[in-house]
Amino acid sequence: MFAIVEARPLARGIKLFVIKAPRIARKQRPGQFVIVRLDEYGERIPLTIADADPKAGTVTIVVQAIGKTTMLLSMLEAGDSILDVVGPLGKPSEIEKFGTTVVVSGSVGTAMAYPTARELKRAGNKVISIVGARSKDLLVLEDEVRAVSDETYVVTDDGSYGQKGLVTDKLKELVAAGDVDYVLAVGPVPMMRAVANLTGPHKIKTIVSLNSIMVDGTGMCGGCRVLVNNTSQFACVDGPDFDATQVNFEVLTQRNNMYREQERASIERLQADPEGELRSLRESMAMRRECAAIEAGVFDE
Amino acid sequence: MSNKVPSNNPLPNKERVKLPRQRVPEQNPEVRAHNFLEVNLGFPIEQARQESLRCIECPKPGCVEKCPVSVDVRAVIDLILAGDYQGAASKVREDNALPAITGRVCPVEDQCESGCVLGKKGEPVGIAYLERFVADWERETGQFGSPVSAPATGKKVGLIGSGPASLACAGDLIQMGHQVHVFEALHELGGVLVYGIPEFRLPKDIVRHEIEVLRRRGVEFETNVVVGKTVTIDELMQEEGFDAIFVATGAGLPRFLKVPGENFNGVYSANEFLTRVNLMRAYLFPQYDEPLYPCKDRDVIVVGGGNTAMDAVRSALRLGAKTASIFYRRTLVEMPARVEEVHHAKDEGVHFEMLVNPVEFFGDEKGNLTAVKCIRQELGEPDDSGRRSPVPIKGTEFVTPCSVAIIAAGTSANPLIQSTTPGLAVTKRGYISANDDLATSKPGVFAGGDIVTGGATVILAMGAGRKAAKSINEYLMGAPKESVQEKASTAVSAD
Ligand SMILES: Cc1cc2nc3c(=O)[nH]c(=O)nc-3n(C[C@H](O)[C@H](O)[C@H](O)COP(=O)(O)OP(=O)(O)OC[C@H]3O[C@@H](n4cnc5c(N)ncnc54)[C@H](O)[C@@H]3O)c2cc1C
Ligand SMILES: Cc1cc2nc3c(=O)[nH]c(=O)nc-3n(C[C@H](O)[C@H](O)[C@H](O)COP(=O)(O)OP(=O)(O)OC[C@H]3O[C@@H](n4cnc5c(N)ncnc54)[C@H](O)[C@@H]3O)c2cc1C
Ligand code: SF4
Ligand code: SF4
Ligand code: FES
Repeated sequence: MFAIVEARPLARGIKLFVIKAPRIARKQRPGQFVIVRLDEYGERIPLTIADADPKAGTVTIVVQAIGKTTMLLSMLEAGDSILDVVGPLGKPSEIEKFGTTVVVSGSVGTAMAYPTARELKRAGNKVISIVGARSKDLLVLEDEVRAVSDETYVVTDDGSYGQKGLVTDKLKELVAAGDVDYVLAVGPVPMMRAVANLTGPHKIKTIVSLNSIMVDGTGMCGGCRVLVNNTSQFACVDGPDFDATQVNFEVLTQRNNMYREQERASIERLQADPEGELRSLRESMAMRRECAAIEAGVFDE
Repeated sequence: MSNKVPSNNPLPNKERVKLPRQRVPEQNPEVRAHNFLEVNLGFPIEQARQESLRCIECPKPGCVEKCPVSVDVRAVIDLILAGDYQGAASKVREDNALPAITGRVCPVEDQCESGCVLGKKGEPVGIAYLERFVADWERETGQFGSPVSAPATGKKVGLIGSGPASLACAGDLIQMGHQVHVFEALHELGGVLVYGIPEFRLPKDIVRHEIEVLRRRGVEFETNVVVGKTVTIDELMQEEGFDAIFVATGAGLPRFLKVPGENFNGVYSANEFLTRVNLMRAYLFPQYDEPLYPCKDRDVIVVGGGNTAMDAVRSALRLGAKTASIFYRRTLVEMPARVEEVHHAKDEGVHFEMLVNPVEFFGDEKGNLTAVKCIRQELGEPDDSGRRSPVPIKGTEFVTPCSVAIIAAGTSANPLIQSTTPGLAVTKRGYISANDDLATSKPGVFAGGDIVTGGATVILAMGAGRKAAKSINEYLMGAPKESVQEKASTAVSAD
């Protein structure tokens, strides 16, 4: 079991968790993720490591509640635990001195892109961040991003904060002005696809972080496969970062819709009695803690 | 019978060979095709005795010779006849650490039972059923007497993976007095025994029980550790004080067919399909929150002819498939699956389409699978492995509708450990190179099971685990070399 030591809402439906996971904290690199399973009835879902403190033995994740598992997770607080956390998985983001880099992110993608942006800065790049959200109340980690960026632009769909429009509008300006050597885009698939379409013709190296559906995260099932350069790649071990111009976004979108019906059923089940679900999750955690204590007692003799 | 070992069999040999082989009770095919409960119900005591009476106690038993770990079958059977089931179980355990498991999954028609002399004229003794009987008796009556471990040696061994190779190795190492710590990447222990082989063939409780026994004996288990990612072998040895390592990570990577359309929704690797169904319990959705692309009332095809294919197709059937079919590019004769599973599948209503190979998958505008195009095959000349290889027949393509296609075309080595462990030599197909003692090129690091041999069997993996335990013990304690020679002959390299 992995204890939650801090839980803090960042924006509407987006919550930050600091989790005790010393092994992962020690090894993680920007761009890597963990897979979590909340309890014995839960599915395994991937979440990016947004930050880590090797000394304290903790990792930070930022979660957007969009379905059953992320909603249930978002109901947890400091003092609760998560049954399984495994990682760090995936290849770390490629960090080099590229020159002028633009990090484009949308809503929770900002938390996912943040560690890479910070590392790009450390490696001596000029970092320009374009942070997008549908509206002001969905914006996360703005201060953190500003702290590691040379320039930061905030863009909202509805103009409730920063510039009104899409992240690609701002990116287009920067590309037109000439001086962009590298782009990283993390966010919803349509956004990443739009970025790829924009930078592709200009031959600007562009990396996207793909969010395909995963199970084991170790290359064992092939469920996370994405079509890159017309060959199947496993996002969990070959990625999640891929060259944007090579990615078949249509296949990604289709595959991400594979379980629509069951996902809806799961959400409805949760929403019928969220408190009950939370209670039974907590009860099973308490039981496990008790068992572990008894076992430790018995076998210490 | 005068100069023979005293026997508990009251019948003369003439009578014994007349006895018919006992039929093991099974769930009715029509019922079991719709549930995930165990198919095979096992012998009750009386039937176990009856079956044991058939054994003619050969002086040079072919059954023992053909068992990869040389279980002393004849002695086991005699103990059953003596009514000493506990003794029989202990006898099996001398060579086979997980009898309740092998008694359910060993491909006996290629192993012990193929060597049984009775098989020459009639049917061999039901050895696996007897093995299962004594192991189940032991578990169900709680008779298991934990062997006493040697005094602590102060040495610490790390085992990577928790499949049969590792579990067998752990049992022996703990007995030898070493500290044993098993690292498993997944959240559940047991390897293929829990994520691959379905509940209806090997109930998970049995695997859990074996693991619990090991835990009580002092083996430490740590799940959620992907060695190579979470921690490396070098770190384990240099920073965490492990004196030796046993790598038993299995042959986990799924192979796809590399034909057009394999990314349509509904096309699964058998690994993913079985992992969702078994490990994640998708058959109990929504109680277990694991989605599975729907099989109910739809046409499901499974490509392949091994145990994995059989497990996948029978799982699909149990999930309510309208039709569940095996598409295999050779014929029934070449099919590597256990004979019993093929029979079971047929009885349950699985359809077998032989000598066909998919060449393309088709889908609708939403990306959902709708059909598969196959080409018929004929058997050509035998290849290097001696099997006649299939050759496509021109102009025989046909299209069949299907909504779910499961690819069970074999697996390959997961490269994670190999690529993160400097100094670890691999074969040209990426498996770990190990010598006869299962030592790798890296001092203190041993390897065995499917990661060395390629996809094989549970008993071979276990044999490798035991052999590795012996080698590791000698490595740690500096024992003389010549005692390494062991009964189990396991270290066949994959290429
Ligand atoms: C490498 C990677 C890193 C990610 N990092 C983050 C992160 O830092 N923060 C965050 O909020 N989200 C992240 N995600 C997305 C997150 O995993 C999904 O939102 C989550 O799985 C949804 O589960 P659910 O049950 O709440 O929703 P569901 O209702 O099950 O699904 C909603 C959507 O999530 C996707 N999804 C469902 N199950 C899975 C699964 N097992 N694996 C991947 N995607 C799935 C589906 O495409 C679906 O459209 C990441 C995804 C990947 C692949
Ligand atoms: C569906 C299916 C059905 C089968 N049916 C039969 C049968 O009926 N009879 C029979 O004899 N054989 C059968 N087999 C074959 C048999 O299961 C295998 O040969 C056997 O399990 C191999 O054992 P192993 O210990 O080498 O590896 P595995 O059982 O594969 O276990 C390896 C373990 O290592 C873990 N692991 C991998 N990488 C890492 C890492 N980096 N760090 C930590 N852990 C890691 C894996 O998660 C896994 O748990 C079947 C196989 C399959 C897939
Ligand atoms: S271990 Fe397998 S092959 Fe050996 S006797 Fe038992 S069932 Fe037969
Ligand atoms: S070969 Fe058959 S008959 Fe002979 S000892 Fe073995 S089981 Fe008995
Ligand atoms: S999640 Fe299973 S292979 Fe990537």
